[in-house]
Amino acid sequence: MLRIDDLRVNYGGIEAVKGITFEVPEGKIVTLIGANGAGKSTTLRSIAGLVKPASGRIHLQAEDITALAPDRIVSKGITLVPEGRHVFPDLTVVENLKIGAYLRKDDLSHDLEWVYSLFPRLKERSWQAAGTLSGGEQQMLAVGRALMSRPKLMMMDEPSLGLAPLVVKDIFSIIRKINEQGVTILLIEQNANMALHIADLAYVLETGRITIKGTGKELLSNEAVKKAYLG
Amino acid sequence: MLKQKKSKKGVFITLIGVVALLALTVVLENVLDPTKNIMLFTVLKKGAVYALVASSMNLLNGFTGLFSLGQAGFMLLGAYAYAIFTIPNSARENVYYLYGGSAIHFSLPELFGGGAVGLILGVLLALILAGIVAAAVAWLIGLPVLRLKSDYLAIATLGFAEIIRAVFQWDKLGPVTNGANALKSYPTFSSFNIPGGLRLSTAVAFLMAAVCIAIILLLINSSYGRAFKAIREDEVAAEAMGINLAKHKRLSFCISSFFAGVGGGMFAMFANQVQAKTFTTALTYEILLIVVIGGIGSISGSCIASFLYVACSEWWLRFLDEEHFIGTFKLPLMRNGFRMVVFSVIIMIVVLFFRRGIMGDKELPDLFQKRKPKPGAPVGKEGAK
Repeated sequence: MLRIDDLRVNYGGIEAVKGITFEVPEGKIVTLIGANGAGKSTTLRSIAGLVKPASGRIHLQAEDITALAPDRIVSKGITLVPEGRHVFPDLTVVENLKIGAYLRKDDLSHDLEWVYSLFPRLKERSWQAAGTLSGGEQQMLAVGRALMSRPKLMMMDEPSLGLAPLVVKDIFSIIRKINEQGVTILLIEQNANMALHIADLAYVLETGRITIKGTGKELLSNEAVKKAYLG
Repeated sequence: MLKQKKSKKGVFITLIGVVALLALTVVLENVLDPTKNIMLFTVLKKGAVYALVASSMNLLNGFTGLFSLGQAGFMLLGAYAYAIFTIPNSARENVYYLYGGSAIHFSLPELFGGGAVGLILGVLLALILAGIVAAAVAWLIGLPVLRLKSDYLAIATLGFAEIIRAVFQWDKLGPVTNGANALKSYPTFSSFNIPGGLRLSTAVAFLMAAVCIAIILLLINSSYGRAFKAIREDEVAAEAMGINLAKHKRLSFCISSFFAGVGGGMFAMFANQVQAKTFTTALTYEILLIVVIGGIGSISGSCIASFLYVACSEWWLRFLDEEHFIGTFKLPLMRNGFRMVVFSVIIMIVVLFFRRGIMGDKELPDLFQKRKPKPGAPVGKEGAK
């Protein structure tokens, strides 16, 4: 579904991504794992159009979407749940969700119900300012907001960051549920254990290059991965 | 911010309130003798003009989060555009006497056949043109300037306002702008008083301001308004959600400038004459002060604050500028200029005790409805930061 060919991205004066090639098959959960500074976030940001790649191609299905403007990429069906949640703190939960659907002009009530069914907590808090939600609820809101654009592919940047272990578990079971409902997922995580357990396909990114690839299970039993990321 | 049916009710109440206010201004102006209550009507008219300009500034600074200080510049453009298009042909010779007549040989009210119909249509069209001129210039300036953020944007727009003021006083443009001299003789609010009949000047000012502010409110509550607020809250997330930052910032800048231009035209109608030197940075700061006092992100706050501000600075504190005696004891400090000292102190106190302005980011209808408290849900926005 999504194909990345030899992507190179310069970010802040250094080459953060040094020619990576990978694929995200339709309907799967794919994860990129790696340490801080490995280039995971930069990869996602360049797919979303937020940073321009130096070279390389990004294809969605047969279409070249390299360096399109971010709003064009969202309207093609790719959405990003940014690292650190980035909800709009002074806006209500509903307003946050509606902004997720900003590029759609059709009726939203159906999708609002869908998001509320995934996250009943958001329905309870729908008229509350997003900044008053707990960290876990804000993460749910960030995911719900991204879903409001009815994405084919949802990219998630460190959804477990700064959350309690129980909440992380919740988030991951919801990621799986969203995937079962037909949304392809590209997930990047430092919490490699959790990510590999739900991933169909996984890549290890080290200093801007992909070093290991395989299914989630394969990587879980891979000695090098065990040593470096699973502890 | 409000539930659908709640907001419908709120809109209804607001609408009734505005109609009642309009009726009140008509009654006031015809019952009270305007020559004996000059200050009251001055404050009402100027307050209406300032309310519009403050709302336009709030749209940009409060709702889109773009800190711009170019408001006086856009008002100047609007005021000049309005005056130049509406000065009657017969008066042009007189107004432009230093330059041997005007370069423009038409007057919109006269193009529409003069009389009451010509006046109404001509003034309306001139005000819209005033807005369009300001918006067009804003679009051009926005191209380079909107790449800047916060303080840098403020400095750049401030610079623009200063430059435009100098340009309009340039002698070579005299046949159009009348150089450093005043433009006058164009239709003002008083032109809407029916001779020997109803006095409508204040009501006209209110009506124009109300229509424009209503449009700003509709915009803020539309999906565009939501996108503006998203940009204010978090540019990164807004961009990731598919909001085109450059386009929406430009849109907000142009619309804000449009209404500042219309407000400038209305300011010209209020002041009876237009002169570039009126539109200094001090004017922008006055408007900014109103926005801050009213509440950044609250249109009703801007409206309330503008009337309070204008009333305080022009009217209620006037007595401080005069000498007063208790018996034979002359009160100290009371002399010309003391008014501004007291006024500044009041403003400092207001800003200290109402950090978020009079209204915060609430609108007037929000105050009449309580949010249903949810069990276990924290109330208020203290956790927002």
